Amino acid sequence: MPLTVTDLHKSYGATEVVRGISFQLQPGECFALLGPNGAGKTTTLRCVLGHTEPSAGRIELCGLPVPARAREARVRVGVVPQNDSLDPDFTVTENLLVFARYFGIPATAARARVPDLLAFAGLEAKADAKVPTLSGGMKRRLTMARALVANPDLLIMDEPTTGLDPQARHLIWDRLKGLISQGKTLLLTTHFMDEAERLAHRIAILDRGQIIAMGTPREVIAEHIEPQVVEVFGEWAGHEGGAAAWAATHAAQFSSRFEVSGETAFCYVQDADVLLAHLAAQGGLRYLHRPANLEDVFLKLTGREMRDE
Amino acid sequence: MSKLFVPLDLSPRRALAVWQRNLKVWSRLAIPSLLGNLADPLIYLLGLGLGLGALLPQVQGVSYISFLATGTVAFSTMNAATFEALYSGFARAHQQKTWEAIMNAPLSLDDVLIGEVLWAATKSLFSGSAILLVITVFGLASWQHALMALPLVLLTGLCFAGIGFIATSLAPGYDFFMYWFTLFISPMAMLCGVFFPLEQLPAFIQGAALVLPLGHAIGAIRPLLLHGEVSGLWLHVLVLLSYALCGVAIARVLMRRRLLR
Ligand SMILES: Nc1ncnc2c1ncn2[C@@H]1O[C@H](COP(=O)(O)OP(=O)(O)OP(=O)(O)O)[C@@H](O)[C@H]1O
Ligand SMILES: [Mg+2]
Repeated sequence: MPLTVTDLHKSYGATEVVRGISFQLQPGECFALLGPNGAGKTTTLRCVLGHTEPSAGRIELCGLPVPARAREARVRVGVVPQNDSLDPDFTVTENLLVFARYFGIPATAARARVPDLLAFAGLEAKADAKVPTLSGGMKRRLTMARALVANPDLLIMDEPTTGLDPQARHLIWDRLKGLISQGKTLLLTTHFMDEAERLAHRIAILDRGQIIAMGTPREVIAEHIEPQVVEVFGEWAGHEGGAAAWAATHAAQFSSRFEVSGETAFCYVQDADVLLAHLAAQGGLRYLHRPANLEDVFLKLTGREMRDE
Repeated sequence: MSKLFVPLDLSPRRALAVWQRNLKVWSRLAIPSLLGNLADPLIYLLGLGLGLGALLPQVQGVSYISFLATGTVAFSTMNAATFEALYSGFARAHQQKTWEAIMNAPLSLDDVLIGEVLWAATKSLFSGSAILLVITVFGLASWQHALMALPLVLLTGLCFAGIGFIATSLAPGYDFFMYWFTLFISPMAMLCGVFFPLEQLPAFIQGAALVLPLGHAIGAIRPLLLHGEVSGLWLHVLVLLSYALCGVAIARVLMRRRLLR
């Protein structure tokens, strides 16, 4: 197994930031850890890589116990950390070559691998550019290429697309899909639900250090939430208070569950037909009918209030 | 809290990779870097050696400029190792996350720290050697003696790199290093006989040179350069080595506490 985590706990002082999480990665699968800021995603990955000692629990990475033999296990793991850690003193190519040396890869073999890695990152034209001159998306792609220097079986990526514009995110997704189709095992963290839904075979939603839902995106959606969502917003003709007022008087009647957030009512339903017919007959109200997605599950399970603020 | 006292996990090959990384960065700036390292001691040597030296009779049986030059070798080796361990070390360990990146590869904190200490010592050996070269060219020491001094220069570098990383592991930012220089490095230059003989100081202060590492670096390097022999060489070597090892041992625990908590 690429990775098995069993009942992992991690405390800093009196605060327990990881509170008993367990999951296992199957070879060739893409597994996403979802969670709001401060949920414990990075801490979990640091434990997995042997960068910090768990307070309790067992970790096996590439068949080796962590932290005891983490260093040996990392020979077969590529890591994309949350923060940029590229070497600013070097060019793009040099970053790859120097990193290969940390894996004990001979210089000639490393040099032979560079063109493939540059092509993967789409950085052929930037081969001799210094790192500080790269855009955020290029740095991310170079960090991914760097994680691949030793041709690892398992890739661990902490928020690979955070802070990137849509073009850059799509490019990264593309690369990640490529890696998945090559049969690599991926463990990634994200707070983008669409990213997880798009890429991951299985997800785990992490909140306050605990896994509160786990499975394929479809399973998680089916288990935790009604299949359809109708978002209602705008003015309500002939009534004060718009969509919120409508929700207060009518939403419960037409939906299994509803929530009002700001000016919008979210109605969760098994079947939307009756609700849609009702809404069509109301003046002014606008509405959006769509299938439930992971974001709905996430908001249901972790609440709508901000974290870490 | 992670365990602080763990067995050493070190391989020479892996530490060498860290050393090579730093050499690669340095090599493209080698000439300006060496000239920069030389400028400061040369200004001291020429200014004080010629200017002040003209006023002074012989010092400890040699000309003042010879006395000063031989002290300067140890002094600037110390400075080179200290600057590398503190400022460049801080950038790599904390600011630009170079250590974090390396530890995501199959390297341990010990590999990285030891590689860095060896590098800082190597870099100080480069600048110490450059000064030795100048001294031999000026005829202030023989080249045989200068060659014999190289291992002591390296050991001096190791010593100050080792203890320098204690400061690096504690520093919240670059400003912290001012304390290291004003409270430790600069007083040591005054107390350990770089610019004038220890005998000029009150007796109770002279003892400081017996415990401070720079005193032992100068105690070994100066007589070797001037006369080709050192009394009590092994004591000096032992003290410098102990400082280097204790420095690394302490920095290792502090770095672990900071980076792997
Ligand atoms: N070294 C540390 N010392 C003390 N507390 C820490 C330390 N590292 C993390 N924490 C705390 O643990 C909690 C989880 O942090 P972690 O970085 O794992 O969250 P995360 O899910 O990665 O969040 P983000 O999405 O913001 O990256 C946070 O409350 C954080 O403040
Ligand atoms: Mg994080």
